[in-house]
Amino acid sequence: MPERHVIVKAEVGLHARPAATFVQTAAKAALDITVAKAGGKPVNAKSILGVLSLDVRQGDTVVIRAEGEGAEELLDRLAEIASAP
Amino acid sequence: MSGTLQGIGVSPGAGFGPAHVMSRAVPPPPADVPHGGDAGAERDRALLALERVAADLQERGERAGGEGGKILQAQALMARDPGLSDGVAELVRAGKSAARAVYEGFGRYRSMLAEAGGYLGARVADLDDVRDRALAVLEGRPVADAPPAGAEPYVLVARDLAPADTALLSPDQVAAFVTEEGGPTSHTSIIARAMGVPAVVACPGATAVAPGTPVLADGSSGLVRLAPSGEEVSAARGAAAARRAALAAVTGPGATADGHAVPLLANIGGPQDLADALEHGAEGVGLYRTEFLFLGRAEAPSAEEQEAAYLEVLEAFPGGQVVVRTLDAGADKPLAFLPPPGEEPNPALGERGIRLLRLHPEVMETQLAALARAASRSTAVLRVMAPMVATAEEAALFAAACREAGLASAGVMIEVPSAALRAADLAAEADFFSVGTNDLAQYAFAADRQVAALAALHDAWQPALLDLVALAAAGAAGRDRPCGVCGEAAGDPVLACVLVGLGAASLSMSAPALPAVRAALARHSREQCRLAARAARAAASPAQARDAARAHLPGLSGLGL
Repeated sequence: MPERHVIVKAEVGLHARPAATFVQTAAKAALDITVAKAGGKPVNAKSILGVLSLDVRQGDTVVIRAEGEGAEELLDRLAEIASAP
Repeated sequence: MSGTLQGIGVSPGAGFGPAHVMSRAVPPPPADVPHGGDAGAERDRALLALERVAADLQERGERAGGEGGKILQAQALMARDPGLSDGVAELVRAGKSAARAVYEGFGRYRSMLAEAGGYLGARVADLDDVRDRALAVLEGRPVADAPPAGAEPYVLVARDLAPADTALLSPDQVAAFVTEEGGPTSHTSIIARAMGVPAVVACPGATAVAPGTPVLADGSSGLVRLAPSGEEVSAARGAAAARRAALAAVTGPGATADGHAVPLLANIGGPQDLADALEHGAEGVGLYRTEFLFLGRAEAPSAEEQEAAYLEVLEAFPGGQVVVRTLDAGADKPLAFLPPPGEEPNPALGERGIRLLRLHPEVMETQLAALARAASRSTAVLRVMAPMVATAEEAALFAAACREAGLASAGVMIEVPSAALRAADLAAEADFFSVGTNDLAQYAFAADRQVAALAALHDAWQPALLDLVALAAAGAAGRDRPCGVCGEAAGDPVLACVLVGLGAASLSMSAPALPAVRAALARHSREQCRLAARAARAAASPAQARDAARAHLPGLSGLGL
């Protein structure tokens, strides 16, 4: 399954505005998308509560996975949001 | 329902209207009452309620804009959460009623957020709000929200109010605020004064008032009358009108009756507050809280964005003074890009204010440079001050950073008792002082500002607080440095006279408080203010201090104060 490993650079981690932007972008796609902390249990990337409950801090690595038509482009966009400083 | 409740008046004026009670304390739906049998229909009912709440929050968020709007938008995302709706659907399949399923579905995330603490812990209140809205829809109760403006303004009664509650309110729809919790410096008090709406806080029994009961709230005395007579209402309204007329009669720069100038300045959070400040006759800005530029952002605003915001404020007061407080982060205002270095069990006593800026000098340097560039493009007199300064060494460090940036005037906030006690040492390093009475009370009385039960210790008439203000003013005077006051205390017209008597050189407050303070000062000489200050300090309790001071301020009665 196509995936991206991304180091979260935002000081706020994957919380607050970065989390909202990430979830809003994921929710617009028709694909199933998951996000997990490296080695952790994946959650639905379209769930703000799921993403928040991962408690991703600055410097953590997350793994984003999606499969299907347009998955590569979508993963690139999500990786960009997750890695934005 | 009749009778009287007593709270603390925090925003003067008389407000009368039917009580609108915002009650958020709803008992959990019973666990042992299953749904009627059609699991599919019950699930749809639950999901429809969540979608209705989401659409409503999103729409309100778009209308509100700003920080309050972002909170509402994030709440809409929570209501539309697919993980939440899957969980709710599963609970309904297991036999739970829609309401119980919603309650338990939220509960799973609630405990996760609460355990994480910090930023996530603070989201619990947002999540609870979404849950309670959905439950209200399901149980056919009105959503506990402030109603929109109607024919008659109402008295908004609540346990306490959060920024999301007040984001969309306008002064036309609210006659008064009455809250069971909160204190003179809580969100409700600050928003009420900013809106110019009468308010009574820390009022026990308020949320037990039956909805629709006619309520007369006196934001000066703190008295709340239920079902008052027509005469009582017209007397209160008459007093409020007389007061407004007396206030409107005094205009121009602040001064005592014998001509001693006391510049009257406005506390602002950004350019959006300027119109209000100018309308109420502010001579300048005494406290520009720059943290509002930084809050809720993933990274610090650029030097250019800062410069533009500072310049906009400076240009509103050509030739006037503008006092800017550098970023006051930490404690109740955490910033994502300025994390404290470690776990802080008590953030109010942790790395905040100048302490945090010392850890992140680049943030302070960028801000000071942006301020210096803005000042060079304006005719206003810019003064810059640092928050939470405790020692002369910190004052010297800040002054050096300001000089390095090319800023002419570097001052310090006096809000830690040690700074007031050693004011003479600090005055040797700083160009001016500004006393922040809210935090000074919090630290002098070891009483958290957020704890309503401690409101009495935050009474700015506490003689110990007046002593600290006097010490700060005397320390400044010894070096010919001006010492202003910029806490909420400066906006109390009676206390304002006392502060001038203690040696305050300028007073800065939320803009709607300016006319009453201007009128009170204009009716008394500097000597009367000094006598009032001396009498207040000689008293043993806040109530005695207030009474003793008033005895020397005969002009107050003509203002209805």
